[in-house]
Amino acid sequence: MKTDWLPLALIPLLALAALPLVSTPTWLTLTVAGLAMGMMIFMMACGLTLVFGLMDVMNFAHGAFISVGAYAAASVLIAMKGSMQAPSLAENLMAMAPALAAAVAVAGLLGWIFERVVIRPVYGDHLKQILVTMGGLIVVEQLIHVVWGPDMIPLPKPATITGSVLLGDAAIERYRMLAVLVGLAVFAALWLVLNRTRLGLLIRAGVENTEMVESLGYRVRRLFVAVFVAGSALAGLGGVMWAMYQESVSAGMGMQMMVVIFIVIIIGGMGSVGGCFVGALLVGLMANYIGYLAPKLALGSNILLMVLVLLWRPRGLYPASKA
Amino acid sequence: MMRILSGDLPRSRVLAILLIIIAIGLVAAPLVFPGARSLNVAAKVAVFVLLVASYDLLLGYTGIVSFAHTMFFGIGGYGIGIAAARLGATWGNLALGLVASLALTLAIALVIGLLSLRVRTIFFAMITLAVAAFFQILASQLSDFTGGEDGLNFRLPALLQNRLVCYYLVLALSAALFLVLLRIVNSPFGRVLQSIRENEFRAEALGYRTVLYRTTANCLGALFAALAGALYALWLRYTGPDTTLSFAIMIDLLLMVVIGGMGTLYGAVIGATLFVVAQNYLQDLMQLASGATAGIPLLPSLLHPDRWLLWLGVLFVVCVYWFPTGIVGRLRRR
Repeated sequence: MKTDWLPLALIPLLALAALPLVSTPTWLTLTVAGLAMGMMIFMMACGLTLVFGLMDVMNFAHGAFISVGAYAAASVLIAMKGSMQAPSLAENLMAMAPALAAAVAVAGLLGWIFERVVIRPVYGDHLKQILVTMGGLIVVEQLIHVVWGPDMIPLPKPATITGSVLLGDAAIERYRMLAVLVGLAVFAALWLVLNRTRLGLLIRAGVENTEMVESLGYRVRRLFVAVFVAGSALAGLGGVMWAMYQESVSAGMGMQMMVVIFIVIIIGGMGSVGGCFVGALLVGLMANYIGYLAPKLALGSNILLMVLVLLWRPRGLYPASKA
Repeated sequence: MMRILSGDLPRSRVLAILLIIIAIGLVAAPLVFPGARSLNVAAKVAVFVLLVASYDLLLGYTGIVSFAHTMFFGIGGYGIGIAAARLGATWGNLALGLVASLALTLAIALVIGLLSLRVRTIFFAMITLAVAAFFQILASQLSDFTGGEDGLNFRLPALLQNRLVCYYLVLALSAALFLVLLRIVNSPFGRVLQSIRENEFRAEALGYRTVLYRTTANCLGALFAALAGALYALWLRYTGPDTTLSFAIMIDLLLMVVIGGMGTLYGAVIGATLFVVAQNYLQDLMQLASGATAGIPLLPSLLHPDRWLLWLGVLFVVCVYWFPTGIVGRLRRR
């Protein structure tokens, strides 16, 4: 199959289009900020789009995994406050690693339970899926309040990753570079798994035509559980990254992100991981450029982007083949 | 009686008694339960019965999941609020605000409907969620116009400053509009909506233009939501993001529709009453329970008054699985 480069080209095109409008150092700062934001959104969104593509399930409670992951990491980080504030990078990373691991583990575990308890009984019924996952979101959000208390928890960035480096005249926040790196790593790993392993082959085949894969003797159900858990875990990871970026954790943060995530998924073509990646970066860049040029319009920029993309390609940038 | 209820009787003795109790309670509220709080609860019940009924027209009767319903509720509220606060508290201005907000509602509902109702349920749900979020931001950004996060306090024409008159006006209009909705869902048009919900393909094969019907239902639901918003603004003499636009209200709406019973407007009455009363009085009860279990670990925080939504959320999920027709469906089956 020929690769469709056009949507991919949109990212540099958007960046170049913004170049003449702002000074070069500012542009560099904004671009890195946009990419970082896009990467974090991608981490949160990719699981959801894959789950949709594979099993035709739209999980409105995906935001809950984001919050839970962030809270789990916050608990670890608060316990390891000493090493977070230590001035050595190695020690900071030593604190971050278990926090990220905790986020991934807890969010993944919750995803597994959620799939069993909430989603399994409502396969194939979209109306019920939306209602039930919405209900699940309410319950999980309230349980977060029970476990971690109702107040927002401050979550400072590790000491050596705060502040920014100067690249020429452009100030670039260290944390954003880290976010871009983590995001790229996640994308690369996902791409490799999906395109270079047998498991990935089955997942892609499942997205394309579930019944056919089943009739060949593979258990798509089991595959789906794996994807669901992995997607939830990634949402948890994205949640921590986002929470640290915002320097605070709140139970409502997942739900707030859901709107952007839905927009990204619609832009990307529901069910497509590549489309989700391009969509997330476009949304991130657009939000930062417009936020700088016309702050009043910033929050509507996503909707504008979505409308433009849908006018161009009504089923999203890379429509997944299931109708 | 048959004519007033459009031939759609409660069909269950318990349900009929409950409905009569609610109706009498609402009418007699100012006399029987004096005090500002209970009057507030009664007015909120009246408005939310209408709002939930209009949402049921979409969710229960047509099978459309929209997350933009509070947006229309908010547009109605802001129509009244902006007219009264910026132009002055006269009847003419209120009418102007109402008409303007209804026109805006109709336009937005039509555009959203035509653009996204052709495709699948999920897509519509996601699009409406995004649009509603955008609108909420818009309302807080245009603070010169909408009062931003603080919202708008305003005065009403002299007659409505009297709380009793205002209450009965809100109640009477809510009841009348509810009966109109009942008329709509029991008309041939309503039958077509239900057939679309049950089997869209078949409805289309029978020659009904389903997109047209769904878009009409979407517009009607939105208009009634805007009217409910206007009534609520009249009652509160205030319009702000928290009372009309916030996503929390959208979730409350879902809870009310599903717990009360989808696909029957009486479910809206039961659901809204139960929910609003729980919202206001369940917390007192939980306060007691939380205090009583103070020695046991975890239980007190699960029963903390602020966690009332947790229990309604659980009830919601249980309803969707095992009682998809909600309380009313249960009562009718007996």
